[in-house]
Amino acid sequence: MNCMACIEYIIIGLMIISAILAVEWRDLLAAAVGMAAVSLFASLLFFLLQAPDVAMTEAAIGAALSGAVFIFAIKRTQRYETEDEEKPGWWVRW
Amino acid sequence: MLKRALAIITLLIIGYWIAQGLAGVPFGQDRMLVGQYYLDHVKAQTGSVNAVTAIVVNYRGFDTLGEVTVLFIASTGVGALLWKRRKERTAKTEGSIVLTTGTRLLMPFIILFGAYIFIHGHLTPGGGFPGGATIATAFLLLYMAFTQYEIPHKAFEKTEGVAGMSYVLVGLIGLAIGGYFLYDWIWQTWGWGVNNIGRLFSGGFIPIIYTLIGIKVGTELSGIIDNMLKEEVSE
Amino acid sequence: MISAYYFGAISLILIGLYAVLVKKNVLKMLIGLSIMESGVNLLLVSVGYISGRSAPILSEGIGPKGAVDPIPQALVLTAIVIGVATTALALSAAIILYEKYGTLNVEEIRRLRG
Repeated sequence: MNCMACIEYIIIGLMIISAILAVEWRDLLAAAVGMAAVSLFASLLFFLLQAPDVAMTEAAIGAALSGAVFIFAIKRTQRYETEDEEKPGWWVRW
Repeated sequence: MLKRALAIITLLIIGYWIAQGLAGVPFGQDRMLVGQYYLDHVKAQTGSVNAVTAIVVNYRGFDTLGEVTVLFIASTGVGALLWKRRKERTAKTEGSIVLTTGTRLLMPFIILFGAYIFIHGHLTPGGGFPGGATIATAFLLLYMAFTQYEIPHKAFEKTEGVAGMSYVLVGLIGLAIGGYFLYDWIWQTWGWGVNNIGRLFSGGFIPIIYTLIGIKVGTELSGIIDNMLKEEVSE
Repeated sequence: MISAYYFGAISLILIGLYAVLVKKNVLKMLIGLSIMESGVNLLLVSVGYISGRSAPILSEGIGPKGAVDPIPQALVLTAIVIGVATTALALSAAIILYEKYGTLNVEEIRRLRG
């Protein structure tokens, strides 16, 4: 099994799913983790595109520091996006 | 519901329009014009082996000065917006024994690794910006592990100011010696390290500028983290 | 059809733009803005890729005809750092909004008017 294209498609698919989940989740802490996951997969794609400087910078700054600054902002404001009552659906708190 | 449907239709139209624009730029073809000139002459004119860092510091050094200025403005803006008369940390939970012991063991190695990244910017991938971010991550780890830790403010602010001014000073010395701002006086006038390409003591003024940028970015991002973490205490 | 990298970058831009247009919480809009920046950087670097060549570090064995385009990588290096700086500044503005109005919902802030 020597297909580089398979690995590219899998990583691009995981990145898009991570981005959709980061926008849809109501718990803002989970959305911050989703945003850091998008940065991490983008850093892997930069490495596959033969750009090692950009991959290192995106991993250090996008995944670690941007996520940390976001979590500090959530700490000083509120955690949930809206304050209305959550109806328990078939996934309870999403 | 109507707003959501209208937004999705607009986004699909924008996506189709961008994809039509990219159809004339096929993926993976050789289109280099200026890039080919940089790749042909980077070893002779700048002395570094890494072409990307040579472009960032030497060929386009003035844009990097603008980027350092934007970072400085953002850090000052965060400090000015979140200013209170008396601030302190309000964390209640001390880290576990694994976290505190691991932090005490790991922190010098993380700072050493960050310094390695920005000193060897002209030989290996990296440069000043990921090196400075790694040093800021070491201080972030200290903030997470101990509830009463603070960075020494005055020392960090003075270091950041001195590093920023030294960058402009290096450019002004180049203006005095060569004739234009940020002239590479170590490589082109002194010729220091000309037969040493591929080793540490080469590359002109790229290691010097990247050391200054690495120190500046590291202390700046630590200052941003410290400003965002403290809350107001009312007497 | 366009390549998979172009498709991934364009869909990241569109997902970020959807979050800025539709969502009502200020922090969710900033998440969308940050995802858009990642998408734009990916698009810039993937335009400069040349198939069959290697990274632009000219050590032994890689000549000037065997490296990828180095200019988009230099541009994206600057853009990533500036992106995190502006995100930090926007988040501190959101913290001040919450302290002054008590809510982070843009519809209610529009009605309160200082």
